[in-house]
Amino acid sequence: MRDLKTFIQDFGWPRIIIFLFLVFLFIMAPFVGVRLDASISDVLNRFGQYAILVLAMVPMIQSGCGLNFGLALGIVAGLLGATLSLQFELRGFLGFFGAIALASPFAVLFGWLYGKLLNKVKGEEMTIAMYIGFSFIMFMCIMWLILPYNNPTMIWGYAGKGLRTTITVEGYWLKILNNFLAIKIGQFFVFPTGLILFVGLCAFLMWVFLRSRTGTAMTAVGSNPDFARASGVDVDHMRTISVIISTFLGAVGIIVYQQSFGFIQLYTAPGPMVFPAVAAILIGGASINKASMVNVIVGTFLFQGLLTMTPSVINSVLQTDMSEVIRIIVSNGMILYALTRKIKVSK
Amino acid sequence: MSAQNTPQNKFLKFLTQNAVVIIFVIITAVAIPPSGLSLPYILQEVITRLGRNSFLVLALLLPIYAGMGLNFGMTLGAMAGQIGLIFAVNFGIANWQGLLFALLVGLPISVLLGYICGLVMNKAKGREMVTGYILAFFINGIYQFFVLYMLGSVIPIRNPAIVLSRGYGIRNTLNLESVRQSLDNIFMLRIGGFAIPVVTFLIIALLCVFIVWFKKTKLGQDMRAVGQDMGVAEASGIPVEKTRIVAILISTVLACAGQIIFLQNMGNLATYNAHDQTGFFAVAAILVGGASVTRASIANVFIGVILLHAMFIVSPLAGQKLFGSAMIGEYFRQFIGYGVIALSLVLYAYRTRKAAAEARLSLRGGPAGANGASNGSGSGTNGGAK
Repeated sequence: MRDLKTFIQDFGWPRIIIFLFLVFLFIMAPFVGVRLDASISDVLNRFGQYAILVLAMVPMIQSGCGLNFGLALGIVAGLLGATLSLQFELRGFLGFFGAIALASPFAVLFGWLYGKLLNKVKGEEMTIAMYIGFSFIMFMCIMWLILPYNNPTMIWGYAGKGLRTTITVEGYWLKILNNFLAIKIGQFFVFPTGLILFVGLCAFLMWVFLRSRTGTAMTAVGSNPDFARASGVDVDHMRTISVIISTFLGAVGIIVYQQSFGFIQLYTAPGPMVFPAVAAILIGGASINKASMVNVIVGTFLFQGLLTMTPSVINSVLQTDMSEVIRIIVSNGMILYALTRKIKVSK
Repeated sequence: MSAQNTPQNKFLKFLTQNAVVIIFVIITAVAIPPSGLSLPYILQEVITRLGRNSFLVLALLLPIYAGMGLNFGMTLGAMAGQIGLIFAVNFGIANWQGLLFALLVGLPISVLLGYICGLVMNKAKGREMVTGYILAFFINGIYQFFVLYMLGSVIPIRNPAIVLSRGYGIRNTLNLESVRQSLDNIFMLRIGGFAIPVVTFLIIALLCVFIVWFKKTKLGQDMRAVGQDMGVAEASGIPVEKTRIVAILISTVLACAGQIIFLQNMGNLATYNAHDQTGFFAVAAILVGGASVTRASIANVFIGVILLHAMFIVSPLAGQKLFGSAMIGEYFRQFIGYGVIALSLVLYAYRTRKAAAEARLSLRGGPAGANGASNGSGSGTNGGAK
């Protein structure tokens, strides 16, 4: 009984309510005429789309930089990689991994600068990260208009310059991971094996990294910077590394998202990608200074499950689309909950 | 440190302290000639926008005095004001009476929301800004739920013109014809080709007087004490949490009134996103005016509104002329808006850390230079586990 109580306290009421609500939605689904197998397939797909963006939150949380509201920098690096890969006409797996490779230098550069900056503003990281992200998105909006891309599938037809707001990756690397070894059962259920495998690989690498020498030092910096400094860890260096990894994962995450979603979305699109990632890891049980792989997987699954199931189930019941409002309330409510909780010293 | 007062150092200090203002004056000045706009036109636009925006920006002052940073939660008040206006249009109350009615409806809502906002921020000390920002998003969800689903179904709406065709929920754009510029037009002074909305400016002036007076009251003094150092304030018997709630509450109520003034000038209400940018514009304005997270004055508000909006007026046209694309100007002005907020927050956080380091140094018996360090320790220089 005590165990249950402490478990609930640690896990937090909001998460339990969300979990029960999701279970309820799955139970309700068949009764309102929503196919369960199609729904599960959707949830798996969306889980894969978003998981790496959520994973990108982990290093910065661990190193004490807080929630990465500046993930947009990584996403923009990913957009640069993806558009360059299309510009060079790279297709198939070469195109997908080419996009990641082309995004890497940008991600490392942005992450390094961003990390240096965050080291100068310890304690105010989150608010500043948010505005750095916003202003960088706006700066890139100008860049998308004037960078000299010239692949006709990507630029505005009549002007002959400036990238389109959405660019299809069809014919390049559309669903390259989703379709890899995909298992099709029946008419509606597809298990996106390649996608899930890739997510699993990334999560595993992160897990190994966090247990490596550098990873342990990073966690030490996050738990107690003074203690870490006393034991000879370079605090600022560790924080910078965590920001670079986070930014890089943001870039990989958006490319994975694009290959599944089918489109590269430019201009102001990166902005709304950040908050769902933050909300997801918090729903998974992370706090603003502690996160694990379990948090990532559980959180992404719960949050994306909720986003997939509410429109279909609630719409069938109420005959109206409340999903947007529910999404706003749940995701921001969750972030708010995490911010207002007393930060517990890690056990 | 001994050479602290040489002219060169003074000049450098002036530069760093006013970096944001200086950058802004330069950008705007450079952008005016290519925009091709005449100075009288720009001046008239600035006057209009001063009347439209100043009240909202003034609402930010009290939380800054109380050490709670820039109140991104002011959006809550804006939403309350919008609900008030929706009801004023619903009941067909026109002219300034309609605005008064909107204020009366918005007031209790903004008091409630302000109180909630204060409670939440007391649970997130040291992270007020990001918390306020997220809280605004969260309440936005509830606002949408209320306006889109409750109005017209649970709460009856009499005026069918403002209801969506499906029978409930308010339309995306609300025409505020009945109250349009009713405050500005009570007495519009026209001199030399300029139109000046006297009553609006009078109200803004009254608010300034109120703020100056409020700072001298017991509560105002308490608020500044809390802003200086919560621990010391608590020890000297000031109810810290209550004082912080009052600061946020007043700010929210002022934002409610400010949004009503803003919207009566605009003349229509984008029901679901008019409040999205309220906090952003207000915060950008006060920072452009030279305020920081812990220090702001009434002068900062007016300088900021003038500079920010002068740039907003000229940048799209300047972008069109310089780059051949109005979109570039549009993106540029948003880039500058967000960039200014980021830059001032960075400069502030950097300075706080530096001051703290100097203070540490002076404790060790190093050269004194810690006079400025007492300020701004309230926002926590170290986000570590506590």
